[in-house]
Amino acid sequence: MKYLERRLVHGALLLISVSVFCFLFTDLAPGNFFDEMKLNPQISSDTVAALRSQYGLDRPLPVRYERWVESVMRGEWGYSFAYNSPVRGLILLRAGNTLLLTVCATFIAWLIAVPLGVWTASRAGSWTDRVCMSSTSFFLAVPEMVVVFGLLYFVIRTHALPSGGMVSRGFEQFGFTEKMIDLAKHLIVPVLTLVLASLPVLVRHVRASMMEVLSSPFITAARGHGITRSTVLFRYALPAGANPLISLFGLSLAGLLSGSLLVEVITGWPGLGPLLLEASVSRDLYVVIGVVMSSTVFMITGNLLADALLVAVDPRVRTE
Amino acid sequence: MRTEQAAKRAAKPALVRVSGLRKQYVQRGAFSRRKFVIDAIRNVELEIQPRCLTALVGESGSGKSTLARCLAMLEPPDKGEIWFEGEEISRRRGKELASLRPRIQMVFQDSAGALNPRFSAAEIIAEPLEIQRRASGHALHKRACELMEEVGLSPDWANRPALEFSGGQRQRLAIARAVALQPAFLILDESLSNLDLITQAQILQLLSDLQGAHALTYLLICHDLTLVKRVADFVLVMHRGEIVERGTRQEVLGSPQHVHTRHLLSSVRDLESAFRDVQLGAGS
Repeated sequence: MKYLERRLVHGALLLISVSVFCFLFTDLAPGNFFDEMKLNPQISSDTVAALRSQYGLDRPLPVRYERWVESVMRGEWGYSFAYNSPVRGLILLRAGNTLLLTVCATFIAWLIAVPLGVWTASRAGSWTDRVCMSSTSFFLAVPEMVVVFGLLYFVIRTHALPSGGMVSRGFEQFGFTEKMIDLAKHLIVPVLTLVLASLPVLVRHVRASMMEVLSSPFITAARGHGITRSTVLFRYALPAGANPLISLFGLSLAGLLSGSLLVEVITGWPGLGPLLLEASVSRDLYVVIGVVMSSTVFMITGNLLADALLVAVDPRVRTE
Repeated sequence: MRTEQAAKRAAKPALVRVSGLRKQYVQRGAFSRRKFVIDAIRNVELEIQPRCLTALVGESGSGKSTLARCLAMLEPPDKGEIWFEGEEISRRRGKELASLRPRIQMVFQDSAGALNPRFSAAEIIAEPLEIQRRASGHALHKRACELMEEVGLSPDWANRPALEFSGGQRQRLAIARAVALQPAFLILDESLSNLDLITQAQILQLLSDLQGAHALTYLLICHDLTLVKRVADFVLVMHRGEIVERGTRQEVLGSPQHVHTRHLLSSVRDLESAFRDVQLGAGS
């Protein structure tokens, strides 16, 4: 239990450090949200100064940080200059859409990667293994952007699927089943892109981890007792090789909010990606900080969950 | 005395008989399609007498462990025959092989690596019984505790993880696991190599007790000729994948015929004298 308590304290300290660095770096960046207004001859410099003062941008950095912390405590997470509303509502709405995308992609990727990795490890060196490894090398080398453009090209040429967005026009009038089908159709391109981007890494990790365990003397000993092949693979080798995979699973969870930003922007998925892009371009400071902090919370939670899982499944970690 | 007993036993039919055994490994070049064929063992002929301790000696890389894995059917030989209890087993696969497994067991050198790190001591010993469906539930745990007691480990430690045991205790656990299925033939692959002298002596005593209780036949793979001199009934000498000399302990170690056996013995003598020199140097 002390181990997990220690990890929780580390997580809290990391969260504070990230928030401090976020403020420092955004302060170092030139310009702010109201600078563009200065170019507009219809807005006087007094108005711009008044707005800066209203949103507290004329205050020193520690004061702004303190105000932001108070705002987080109130559950607002800062204030968006562009949307003129608290950041929390904006992020929660978009984060839901992002999570729908990334949870589906992560689930599918792991569902394929584990059996495929185990299977290729058990047939290491065979032609099926070589075909599989060549395919993973190919998808590792191809950037995510190329994959998504390739898929979009195919979709636009064939009209098989919607080429962007999250729902079709008139979605509100659809029945429940039609809504689900429409949503699923819109999910295919971004989810497939994310699966193809993460699958090679996962398959290779599962395979490497399994191959190391399969050559262990305790597996040889179990084979010597007459154990069946499938039991060796799934009951002995997979749990024994699970530690690096659990850590990797933690990283998958950590990337749930931040792993799909580019794909969202390209496919027009209304998630955190487009919001972060708009906020970065327009210097909507607290939205950027809010998105970064949300990703950090996911990263810490993912790693914490991975640590908890490691403690639960491996007696050696408990002993340490 | 032990050799006389061994000679009497030798009159009985062999428990294990091997003829023309061969195992090759093929290695591919990292950046070429060229294949390298390594003859791990070739044309091996041997007999192992029941209820005896046969030592298999030879330098590192001579093929001892490969031969052991072939005899335990953990690796299929490429060529040749292995006869066990009067039946040819080298072509057995699937269920036929699974039914043979309990009769031939192996204890490995790396006691830490040979035990599942996620299992407790009782789970490790119960593992083969569970795999072969010999027991389940409470009876399985009870049998594991009995076996722990038989190899000199307290059943109170049944729930301790394997990695909390010392090297000698882990080797006892491995031996308990190996004898759980009541095998006829136990292969000890360098099982005493990483142990200190006192623990080695204790394990040898345990093996001797178990041999009496379970009518076991041992094949001891070993580097240590001093140890072989003390415990072996028969000795097989291996060199570059072949058995180059065989016979009773006195025949092989007393009047070695093959140049490689003589070389092995002289290196032991050199080592012993080197140790003596070091001890004398330290004394003066």
